[in-house]
Amino acid sequence: MRTFRALLWHDVLMGIRSSGGAALSAAFFALIVILTPLGLGPDTTALKTVAPGLFWIAALLATLLGLERVIQPDAEDGTLDLLRLSPLPLELVALAKIFAHWITSGLIISLLAPILAPMLSLSVSAIPTLALSLLIGTLGLSSIGTAAAALGASVQRGGIVLAILVLPLNIPFLIFGASAVSGAQAGTATSQPLMFLTASSLLALVVGPIAAAAALRLNED
Amino acid sequence: MQAYANPQRFVSLARTLTPWTFGVAIALAMTGLYLGLIVAPPDYQQGDAQRIMYVHVPAAWMSMFVYGSMAIASAVAFIWKHPLADVAAKASAPIGAVFTALALVTGMLWGQPMWGTWWVWDARLTSVLILFFLYLGYIVLWSAIEEPTRAARAARILALVGALNIPIIKFSVDWWNTLHQTASVFRVSGPTMPAAMLTPLLIMGLAYTVLYVALLLVRMRMEVAQRRLRTIRLSSEALPA
Repeated sequence: MRTFRALLWHDVLMGIRSSGGAALSAAFFALIVILTPLGLGPDTTALKTVAPGLFWIAALLATLLGLERVIQPDAEDGTLDLLRLSPLPLELVALAKIFAHWITSGLIISLLAPILAPMLSLSVSAIPTLALSLLIGTLGLSSIGTAAAALGASVQRGGIVLAILVLPLNIPFLIFGASAVSGAQAGTATSQPLMFLTASSLLALVVGPIAAAAALRLNED
Repeated sequence: MQAYANPQRFVSLARTLTPWTFGVAIALAMTGLYLGLIVAPPDYQQGDAQRIMYVHVPAAWMSMFVYGSMAIASAVAFIWKHPLADVAAKASAPIGAVFTALALVTGMLWGQPMWGTWWVWDARLTSVLILFFLYLGYIVLWSAIEEPTRAARAARILALVGALNIPIIKFSVDWWNTLHQTASVFRVSGPTMPAAMLTPLLIMGLAYTVLYVALLLVRMRMEVAQRRLRTIRLSSEALPA
Protein backbone atom coordinates (compact mmCIF):
# COMPACT_ATOMS: atom_id res chain seq x y z
CA MET A 1 0.00 0.00 0.00
CA ARG A 2 2.90 2.33 0.75
CA THR A 3 4.30 1.73 -2.70
CA PHE A 4 0.89 2.42 -4.19
CA ARG A 5 0.60 5.70 -2.35
CA ALA A 6 4.13 6.72 -3.24
CA LEU A 7 3.54 5.97 -6.89
CA LEU A 8 0.24 7.82 -6.89
CA TRP A 9 1.82 10.85 -5.22
CA HIS A 10 4.77 10.81 -7.61
CA ASP A 11 2.52 10.66 -10.66
CA VAL A 12 0.25 13.41 -9.40
CA LEU A 13 3.24 15.66 -8.78
CA MET A 14 4.63 14.83 -12.21
CA GLY A 15 1.25 15.59 -13.71
CA ILE A 16 1.06 18.97 -12.01
CA ARG A 17 4.65 20.00 -12.62
CA SER A 18 5.33 18.73 -16.11
CA SER A 19 4.49 20.87 -19.07
CA GLY A 20 1.47 19.39 -20.79
CA GLY A 21 0.14 18.42 -17.40
CA ALA A 22 -2.91 19.26 -15.36
CA ALA A 23 -2.95 22.96 -16.13
CA LEU A 24 -2.86 22.30 -19.85
CA SER A 25 -5.83 19.96 -19.86
CA ALA A 26 -7.82 22.39 -17.70
CA ALA A 27 -6.96 25.24 -20.05
CA PHE A 28 -7.88 23.12 -23.07
CA PHE A 29 -11.23 22.26 -21.48
CA ALA A 30 -11.95 25.92 -20.79
CA LEU A 31 -10.92 26.90 -24.32
CA ILE A 32 -13.32 24.45 -25.97
CA VAL A 33 -16.13 25.85 -23.84
CA ILE A 34 -15.17 29.44 -24.64
CA LEU A 35 -14.80 28.78 -28.36
CA THR A 36 -18.34 27.42 -28.65
CA PRO A 37 -20.24 30.72 -28.31
CA LEU A 38 -17.75 32.25 -30.72
CA GLY A 39 -18.61 29.57 -33.26
CA LEU A 40 -22.35 29.24 -32.62
CA GLY A 41 -23.19 32.81 -31.78
CA PRO A 42 -24.14 34.28 -28.40
CA ASP A 43 -27.80 33.17 -28.52
CA THR A 44 -28.43 31.94 -24.99
CA THR A 45 -31.23 29.50 -25.82
CA ALA A 46 -29.08 27.77 -28.44
CA LEU A 47 -26.13 27.60 -26.07
CA LYS A 48 -28.34 26.22 -23.34
CA THR A 49 -29.42 23.26 -25.48
CA VAL A 50 -25.91 22.34 -26.59
CA ALA A 51 -24.25 22.96 -23.21
CA PRO A 52 -24.68 19.49 -21.61
CA GLY A 53 -23.29 17.66 -24.63
CA LEU A 54 -20.60 20.22 -25.16
CA PHE A 55 -19.22 19.99 -21.63
CA TRP A 56 -19.02 16.26 -22.05
CA ILE A 57 -17.33 16.41 -25.45
CA ALA A 58 -14.86 18.88 -23.99
CA ALA A 59 -14.23 16.49 -21.09
CA LEU A 60 -13.61 13.59 -23.51
CA LEU A 61 -11.08 15.63 -25.46
CA ALA A 62 -9.40 17.22 -22.44
CA THR A 63 -8.83 13.91 -20.64
CA LEU A 64 -7.29 12.63 -23.85
CA LEU A 65 -4.67 15.32 -23.68
CA GLY A 66 -2.75 14.08 -20.67
CA LEU A 67 -2.68 10.42 -21.67
CA GLU A 68 0.65 10.60 -23.44
CA ARG A 69 2.42 11.42 -20.20
CA VAL A 70 0.85 8.56 -18.22
CA ILE A 71 3.06 5.70 -19.40
CA GLN A 72 5.29 7.03 -22.16
CA PRO A 73 7.84 8.97 -20.02
CA ASP A 74 8.18 5.98 -17.68
CA ALA A 75 8.77 3.70 -20.64
CA GLU A 76 11.41 6.06 -22.03
CA ASP A 77 13.47 6.68 -18.90
CA GLY A 78 13.36 3.13 -17.58
CA THR A 79 11.01 3.75 -14.64
CA LEU A 80 8.70 1.16 -16.12
CA ASP A 81 11.33 -1.57 -15.83
CA LEU A 82 11.74 -0.77 -12.14
CA LEU A 83 7.98 -0.79 -11.66
CA ARG A 84 7.88 -4.27 -13.19
CA LEU A 85 10.43 -5.41 -10.61
CA SER A 86 8.58 -3.82 -7.70
CA PRO A 87 6.47 -6.01 -5.37
CA LEU A 88 3.37 -4.06 -6.39
CA PRO A 89 1.34 -6.01 -8.98
CA LEU A 90 1.19 -4.27 -12.35
CA GLU A 91 -2.59 -4.08 -12.05
CA LEU A 92 -2.16 -1.83 -9.01
CA VAL A 93 0.56 0.14 -10.76
CA ALA A 94 -1.96 0.76 -13.51
CA LEU A 95 -4.63 1.68 -10.98
CA ALA A 96 -2.30 4.21 -9.34
CA LYS A 97 -1.64 5.72 -12.75
CA ILE A 98 -5.37 5.86 -13.48
CA PHE A 99 -6.06 7.70 -10.23
CA ALA A 100 -3.13 10.03 -10.81
CA HIS A 101 -4.37 10.85 -14.29
CA TRP A 102 -7.87 11.36 -12.96
CA ILE A 103 -6.70 13.73 -10.21
CA THR A 104 -4.72 15.81 -12.69
CA SER A 105 -7.43 15.90 -15.37
CA GLY A 106 -10.92 14.66 -14.51
CA LEU A 107 -11.05 16.05 -10.99
CA ILE A 108 -9.84 19.48 -12.09
CA ILE A 109 -12.27 19.51 -14.99
CA SER A 110 -15.15 18.62 -12.68
CA LEU A 111 -14.24 21.52 -10.42
CA LEU A 112 -13.80 23.87 -13.36
CA ALA A 113 -17.05 22.98 -15.14
CA PRO A 114 -19.43 24.61 -12.60
CA ILE A 115 -17.50 27.87 -12.98
CA LEU A 116 -17.75 27.72 -16.77
CA ALA A 117 -21.39 26.57 -16.78
CA PRO A 118 -22.94 30.08 -16.72
CA MET A 119 -20.92 30.97 -19.82
CA LEU A 120 -23.01 28.50 -21.82
CA SER A 121 -26.10 29.54 -19.84
CA LEU A 122 -26.57 26.08 -18.41
CA SER A 123 -29.41 26.08 -15.88
CA VAL A 124 -28.21 26.54 -12.33
CA SER A 125 -30.26 23.51 -11.33
CA ALA A 126 -28.15 21.34 -13.68
CA ILE A 127 -24.79 22.42 -12.28
CA PRO A 128 -24.59 19.86 -9.43
CA THR A 129 -25.43 17.07 -11.89
CA LEU A 130 -22.82 18.37 -14.29
CA ALA A 131 -20.12 18.29 -11.63
CA LEU A 132 -21.23 14.93 -10.27
CA SER A 133 -21.49 13.26 -13.67
CA LEU A 134 -18.06 14.58 -14.68
CA LEU A 135 -16.60 13.42 -11.38
CA ILE A 136 -17.91 9.90 -11.90
CA GLY A 137 -17.48 9.64 -15.65
CA THR A 138 -13.96 10.99 -15.97
CA LEU A 139 -12.79 8.18 -13.71
CA GLY A 140 -13.92 5.75 -16.41
CA LEU A 141 -12.36 7.93 -19.10
CA SER A 142 -9.01 7.87 -17.26
CA SER A 143 -9.28 4.13 -16.85
CA ILE A 144 -9.86 3.35 -20.52
CA GLY A 145 -7.37 6.02 -21.51
CA THR A 146 -4.62 4.56 -19.34
CA ALA A 147 -5.17 1.11 -20.84
CA ALA A 148 -4.84 2.64 -24.31
CA ALA A 149 -1.77 4.61 -23.22
CA ALA A 150 -0.17 1.36 -22.08
CA LEU A 151 -0.96 -0.20 -25.47
CA GLY A 152 0.52 2.76 -27.26
CA ALA A 153 3.57 3.07 -25.03
CA SER A 154 5.80 1.80 -27.80
CA VAL A 155 4.36 4.19 -30.38
CA GLN A 156 6.41 7.29 -31.09
CA ARG A 157 4.31 10.45 -30.78
CA GLY A 158 1.20 8.34 -30.37
CA GLY A 159 -1.18 11.17 -29.53
CA ILE A 160 -3.41 10.82 -32.57
CA VAL A 161 -3.29 7.04 -32.37
CA LEU A 162 -4.46 7.25 -28.77
CA ALA A 163 -7.34 9.50 -29.80
CA ILE A 164 -8.53 7.04 -32.41
CA LEU A 165 -8.27 4.12 -29.99
CA VAL A 166 -9.92 5.82 -27.06
CA LEU A 167 -12.72 7.98 -28.43
CA PRO A 168 -14.97 5.21 -29.84
CA LEU A 169 -14.64 3.27 -26.58
CA ASN A 170 -15.65 6.36 -24.61
CA ILE A 171 -18.95 6.86 -26.39
CA PRO A 172 -21.06 5.31 -23.58
CA PHE A 173 -19.67 7.86 -21.10
CA LEU A 174 -20.57 10.71 -23.44
CA ILE A 175 -24.09 9.40 -23.94
CA PHE A 176 -24.90 8.74 -20.28
CA GLY A 177 -23.09 11.80 -18.96
CA ALA A 178 -24.59 14.26 -21.40
CA SER A 179 -28.10 12.92 -20.98
CA ALA A 180 -27.84 13.10 -17.20
CA VAL A 181 -26.98 16.77 -17.47
CA SER A 182 -29.64 17.58 -20.05
CA GLY A 183 -32.13 15.62 -17.95
CA ALA A 184 -31.26 17.78 -14.97
CA GLN A 185 -31.67 20.89 -17.09
CA ALA A 186 -35.05 19.75 -18.40
CA GLY A 187 -36.13 18.82 -14.91
CA THR A 188 -36.60 15.12 -15.61
CA ALA A 189 -35.19 12.28 -13.55
CA THR A 190 -31.42 11.95 -13.77
CA SER A 191 -30.89 8.86 -11.68
CA GLN A 192 -31.08 6.39 -14.59
CA PRO A 193 -28.31 7.90 -16.75
CA LEU A 194 -26.23 8.60 -13.65
CA MET A 195 -26.50 4.99 -12.57
CA PHE A 196 -25.58 3.74 -16.04
CA LEU A 197 -22.67 6.18 -16.01
CA THR A 198 -21.51 4.88 -12.65
CA ALA A 199 -21.85 1.29 -13.85
CA SER A 200 -19.78 2.04 -16.95
CA SER A 201 -17.12 3.76 -14.86
CA LEU A 202 -16.94 0.90 -12.37
CA LEU A 203 -16.65 -1.63 -15.17
CA ALA A 204 -13.95 0.46 -16.81
CA LEU A 205 -12.13 0.60 -13.48
CA VAL A 206 -12.05 -3.20 -13.47
CA VAL A 207 -11.20 -3.78 -17.13
CA GLY A 208 -8.83 -0.81 -17.45
CA PRO A 209 -6.13 -1.87 -14.94
CA ILE A 210 -6.25 -5.49 -16.14
CA ALA A 211 -5.86 -4.49 -19.79
CA ALA A 212 -3.20 -1.91 -18.95
CA ALA A 213 -1.24 -4.44 -16.89
CA ALA A 214 -1.47 -7.00 -19.69
CA ALA A 215 -0.19 -4.38 -22.12
CA LEU A 216 2.69 -3.42 -19.81
CA ARG A 217 3.58 -7.06 -19.29
CA LEU A 218 3.50 -7.93 -22.98
CA ASN A 219 5.71 -5.07 -23.97
CA GLU A 220 8.59 -6.20 -21.80
CA ASP A 221 11.35 -8.03 -23.61
CA MET B 1 -5.43 -26.47 -35.42
CA GLN B 2 -2.09 -27.34 -33.88
CA ALA B 3 -0.86 -28.90 -37.10
CA TYR B 4 -1.27 -25.59 -38.89
CA ALA B 5 0.77 -23.71 -36.33
CA ASN B 6 3.56 -24.25 -38.84
CA PRO B 7 3.23 -21.26 -41.17
CA GLN B 8 4.78 -23.16 -44.07
CA ARG B 9 2.17 -25.90 -43.87
CA PHE B 10 -0.58 -23.32 -43.54
CA VAL B 11 0.64 -21.36 -46.55
CA SER B 12 0.64 -24.39 -48.82
CA LEU B 13 -2.85 -25.39 -47.67
CA ALA B 14 -4.08 -21.82 -48.11
CA ARG B 15 -2.61 -21.73 -51.60
CA THR B 16 -4.65 -24.74 -52.72
CA LEU B 17 -7.80 -23.52 -50.97
CA THR B 18 -7.73 -19.96 -52.30
CA PRO B 19 -9.00 -20.59 -55.88
CA TRP B 20 -11.68 -22.95 -54.59
CA THR B 21 -13.03 -20.52 -52.03
CA PHE B 22 -13.05 -17.70 -54.59
CA GLY B 23 -14.85 -19.98 -57.05
CA VAL B 24 -17.49 -20.97 -54.51
CA ALA B 25 -17.96 -17.35 -53.42
CA ILE B 26 -18.44 -16.18 -57.01
CA ALA B 27 -20.84 -19.03 -57.83
CA LEU B 28 -22.90 -18.34 -54.71
CA ALA B 29 -22.94 -14.61 -55.37
CA MET B 30 -24.07 -15.15 -58.98
CA THR B 31 -26.89 -17.45 -57.85
CA GLY B 32 -27.89 -15.15 -55.03
CA LEU B 33 -27.88 -12.05 -57.23
CA TYR B 34 -29.82 -13.82 -60.00
CA LEU B 35 -32.47 -15.02 -57.53
CA GLY B 36 -32.55 -11.71 -55.73
CA LEU B 37 -32.42 -9.24 -58.59
CA ILE B 38 -34.36 -11.13 -61.28
CA VAL B 39 -36.41 -13.98 -59.85
CA ALA B 40 -37.59 -12.49 -56.54
CA PRO B 41 -40.71 -10.28 -56.73
CA PRO B 42 -40.33 -6.57 -56.01
CA ASP B 43 -41.40 -5.51 -52.56
CA TYR B 44 -45.04 -4.42 -52.48
CA GLN B 45 -44.19 -1.20 -50.70
CA GLN B 46 -40.64 -0.36 -51.64
CA GLY B 47 -40.57 -1.66 -55.21
CA ASP B 48 -37.21 -2.44 -56.76
CA ALA B 49 -35.26 -0.26 -54.37
CA GLN B 50 -35.72 -2.98 -51.79
CA ARG B 51 -33.37 -5.22 -53.78
CA ILE B 52 -30.36 -3.41 -52.34
CA MET B 53 -31.09 -5.52 -49.27
CA TYR B 54 -29.36 -8.47 -50.97
CA VAL B 55 -26.02 -6.69 -50.84
CA HIS B 56 -26.68 -4.57 -47.77
CA VAL B 57 -27.88 -7.03 -45.14
CA PRO B 58 -25.11 -9.62 -45.67
CA ALA B 59 -22.52 -6.83 -45.45
CA ALA B 60 -24.00 -5.75 -42.12
CA TRP B 61 -23.92 -9.36 -40.92
CA MET B 62 -20.30 -9.65 -41.93
CA SER B 63 -19.33 -6.41 -40.20
CA MET B 64 -20.20 -8.08 -36.90
CA PHE B 65 -19.10 -11.58 -37.84
CA VAL B 66 -15.61 -10.42 -38.81
CA TYR B 67 -15.17 -8.45 -35.59
CA GLY B 68 -16.26 -11.54 -33.69
CA SER B 69 -13.75 -13.76 -35.46
CA MET B 70 -11.08 -11.11 -34.94
CA ALA B 71 -11.78 -11.12 -31.21
CA ILE B 72 -11.77 -14.93 -31.09
CA ALA B 73 -8.49 -15.06 -33.02
CA SER B 74 -7.03 -12.52 -30.58
CA ALA B 75 -8.18 -14.60 -27.61
CA VAL B 76 -6.61 -17.70 -29.17
CA ALA B 77 -3.38 -15.77 -29.68
CA PHE B 78 -3.52 -14.51 -26.11
CA ILE B 79 -4.19 -17.88 -24.48
CA TRP B 80 -2.45 -20.45 -26.67
CA LYS B 81 0.09 -18.23 -28.42
CA HIS B 82 -0.94 -19.79 -31.72
CA PRO B 83 1.44 -18.11 -34.17
CA LEU B 84 -1.15 -17.69 -36.92
CA ALA B 85 -3.95 -16.33 -34.76
CA ASP B 86 -2.46 -12.83 -34.72
CA VAL B 87 -1.96 -13.05 -38.44
CA ALA B 88 -5.61 -14.02 -38.89
CA ALA B 89 -6.80 -11.16 -36.66
CA LYS B 90 -4.64 -8.63 -38.45
CA ALA B 91 -5.72 -9.89 -41.87
CA SER B 92 -9.39 -9.76 -40.86
CA ALA B 93 -9.47 -6.12 -39.83
CA PRO B 94 -9.32 -4.39 -43.24
CA ILE B 95 -11.79 -6.92 -44.69
CA GLY B 96 -14.17 -6.24 -41.82
CA ALA B 97 -13.74 -2.50 -42.20
CA VAL B 98 -14.63 -2.74 -45.89
CA PHE B 99 -17.73 -4.85 -45.17
CA THR B 100 -18.76 -2.27 -42.56
CA ALA B 101 -18.21 0.61 -44.97
CA LEU B 102 -20.18 -1.31 -47.61
CA ALA B 103 -23.05 -1.80 -45.18
CA LEU B 104 -23.04 1.92 -44.36
CA VAL B 105 -22.84 3.08 -47.98
CA THR B 106 -25.51 0.71 -49.31
CA GLY B 107 -27.66 1.66 -46.32
CA MET B 108 -27.31 5.33 -47.21
CA LEU B 109 -28.13 4.63 -50.85
CA TRP B 110 -31.28 2.85 -49.71
CA GLY B 111 -32.14 5.49 -47.14
CA GLN B 112 -32.23 8.32 -49.66
CA PRO B 113 -35.26 7.06 -51.68
CA MET B 114 -36.91 5.28 -48.74
CA TRP B 115 -36.53 7.65 -45.81
CA GLY B 116 -35.87 10.72 -47.95
CA THR B 117 -32.50 11.32 -46.31
CA TRP B 118 -29.00 9.93 -46.60
CA TRP B 119 -28.46 9.62 -42.90
CA VAL B 120 -30.53 9.35 -39.76
CA TRP B 121 -29.14 8.92 -36.27
CA ASP B 122 -30.87 5.61 -35.91
CA ALA B 123 -29.47 3.29 -33.25
CA ARG B 124 -28.35 0.65 -35.69
CA LEU B 125 -26.69 3.08 -38.10
CA THR B 126 -24.90 4.75 -35.23
CA SER B 127 -23.55 1.53 -33.77
CA VAL B 128 -22.36 0.29 -37.16
CA LEU B 129 -20.60 3.61 -37.66
CA ILE B 130 -18.89 3.24 -34.28
CA LEU B 131 -17.93 -0.31 -35.21
CA PHE B 132 -16.24 1.11 -38.29
CA PHE B 133 -14.15 3.40 -36.09
CA LEU B 134 -13.24 0.48 -33.83
CA TYR B 135 -11.90 -1.31 -36.91
CA LEU B 136 -9.96 1.82 -37.85
CA GLY B 137 -8.42 2.07 -34.40
CA TYR B 138 -7.32 -1.56 -34.57
CA ILE B 139 -5.74 -1.07 -38.01
CA VAL B 140 -4.05 2.15 -36.88
CA LEU B 141 -2.54 0.43 -33.83
CA TRP B 142 -1.06 -2.29 -36.04
CA SER B 143 0.49 0.20 -38.39
CA ALA B 144 1.72 2.48 -35.61
CA ILE B 145 3.98 -0.12 -33.98
CA GLU B 146 6.76 -1.14 -36.25
CA GLU B 147 7.88 -4.43 -34.80
CA PRO B 148 5.26 -7.11 -35.69
CA THR B 149 5.47 -9.18 -32.49
CA ARG B 150 5.06 -6.11 -30.32
CA ALA B 151 2.24 -4.77 -32.47
CA ALA B 152 0.52 -8.14 -32.33
CA ARG B 153 0.58 -8.15 -28.53
CA ALA B 154 -0.89 -4.68 -28.29
CA ALA B 155 -3.51 -5.38 -30.96
CA ARG B 156 -4.70 -8.52 -29.16
CA ILE B 157 -5.52 -6.56 -26.04
CA LEU B 158 -7.24 -3.84 -28.03
CA ALA B 159 -9.41 -6.36 -29.89
CA LEU B 160 -10.46 -8.02 -26.65
CA VAL B 161 -11.18 -4.74 -24.84
CA GLY B 162 -13.13 -3.65 -27.91
CA ALA B 163 -15.12 -6.87 -27.93
CA LEU B 164 -15.95 -6.38 -24.24
CA ASN B 165 -17.00 -2.83 -24.95
CA ILE B 166 -19.19 -3.49 -27.99
CA PRO B 167 -22.22 -4.67 -25.97
CA ILE B 168 -21.95 -1.61 -23.73
CA ILE B 169 -21.63 0.75 -26.69
CA LYS B 170 -24.55 -0.99 -28.38
CA PHE B 171 -26.64 -0.70 -25.25
CA SER B 172 -25.80 2.95 -24.70
CA VAL B 173 -26.59 3.82 -28.31
CA ASP B 174 -29.92 1.98 -28.17
CA TRP B 175 -30.75 3.74 -24.93
CA TRP B 176 -29.73 7.10 -26.36
CA ASN B 177 -31.83 6.50 -29.44
CA THR B 178 -35.02 5.64 -27.57
CA LEU B 179 -34.45 8.81 -25.55
CA HIS B 180 -34.22 11.02 -28.64
CA GLN B 181 -37.04 9.64 -30.73
CA THR B 182 -36.08 10.07 -34.39
CA ALA B 183 -38.54 11.49 -36.87
CA SER B 184 -38.12 8.99 -39.68
CA VAL B 185 -40.72 6.38 -40.50
CA PHE B 186 -39.94 2.89 -39.36
CA ARG B 187 -42.19 -0.04 -39.92
CA VAL B 188 -41.92 -1.68 -36.54
CA SER B 189 -43.38 -5.01 -37.60
CA GLY B 190 -42.94 -5.40 -41.31
CA PRO B 191 -44.45 -8.42 -43.06
CA THR B 192 -42.44 -11.56 -42.50
CA MET B 193 -40.17 -12.18 -45.40
CA PRO B 194 -41.44 -14.57 -48.10
CA ALA B 195 -39.19 -17.46 -49.12
CA ALA B 196 -38.58 -15.93 -52.56
CA MET B 197 -36.73 -13.12 -50.82
CA LEU B 198 -35.27 -15.03 -47.90
CA THR B 199 -33.52 -17.67 -50.04
CA PRO B 200 -31.44 -15.23 -52.10
CA LEU B 201 -30.64 -13.29 -48.95
CA LEU B 202 -29.30 -16.38 -47.22
CA ILE B 203 -27.35 -17.40 -50.32
CA MET B 204 -25.80 -13.94 -50.45
CA GLY B 205 -24.93 -14.21 -46.77
CA LEU B 206 -23.15 -17.47 -47.48
CA ALA B 207 -21.40 -15.92 -50.50
CA TYR B 208 -20.08 -13.06 -48.35
CA THR B 209 -18.86 -15.49 -45.71
CA VAL B 210 -16.98 -17.61 -48.23
CA LEU B 211 -15.60 -14.45 -49.81
CA TYR B 212 -14.34 -13.41 -46.40
CA VAL B 213 -12.58 -16.77 -46.02
CA ALA B 214 -11.03 -16.41 -49.48
CA LEU B 215 -9.79 -12.87 -48.84
CA LEU B 216 -8.59 -13.89 -45.40
CA LEU B 217 -6.49 -16.71 -46.86
CA VAL B 218 -4.90 -14.35 -49.37
CA ARG B 219 -4.19 -11.69 -46.78
CA MET B 220 -2.81 -14.19 -44.29
CA ARG B 221 -0.43 -15.57 -46.92
CA MET B 222 0.63 -12.04 -47.70
CA GLU B 223 1.23 -11.32 -44.02
CA VAL B 224 3.31 -14.48 -43.57
CA ALA B 225 5.35 -13.56 -46.65
CA GLN B 226 5.85 -10.02 -45.37
CA ARG B 227 7.11 -11.23 -42.03
CA ARG B 228 9.50 -13.60 -43.73
CA LEU B 229 10.74 -10.76 -45.93
CA ARG B 230 11.27 -8.63 -42.85
CA THR B 231 13.29 -11.36 -41.17
CA ILE B 232 15.44 -11.81 -44.26
CA ARG B 233 16.02 -8.08 -44.53
CA LEU B 234 16.92 -7.73 -40.87
CA SER B 235 19.30 -10.67 -40.91
CA SER B 236 21.02 -9.41 -44.06
CA GLU B 237 21.41 -5.99 -42.44
CA ALA B 238 22.87 -7.58 -39.36
CA LEU B 239 25.61 -9.27 -41.38
CA PRO B 240 28.60 -7.04 -42.12
CA ALA B 241 28.91 -6.36 -45.82
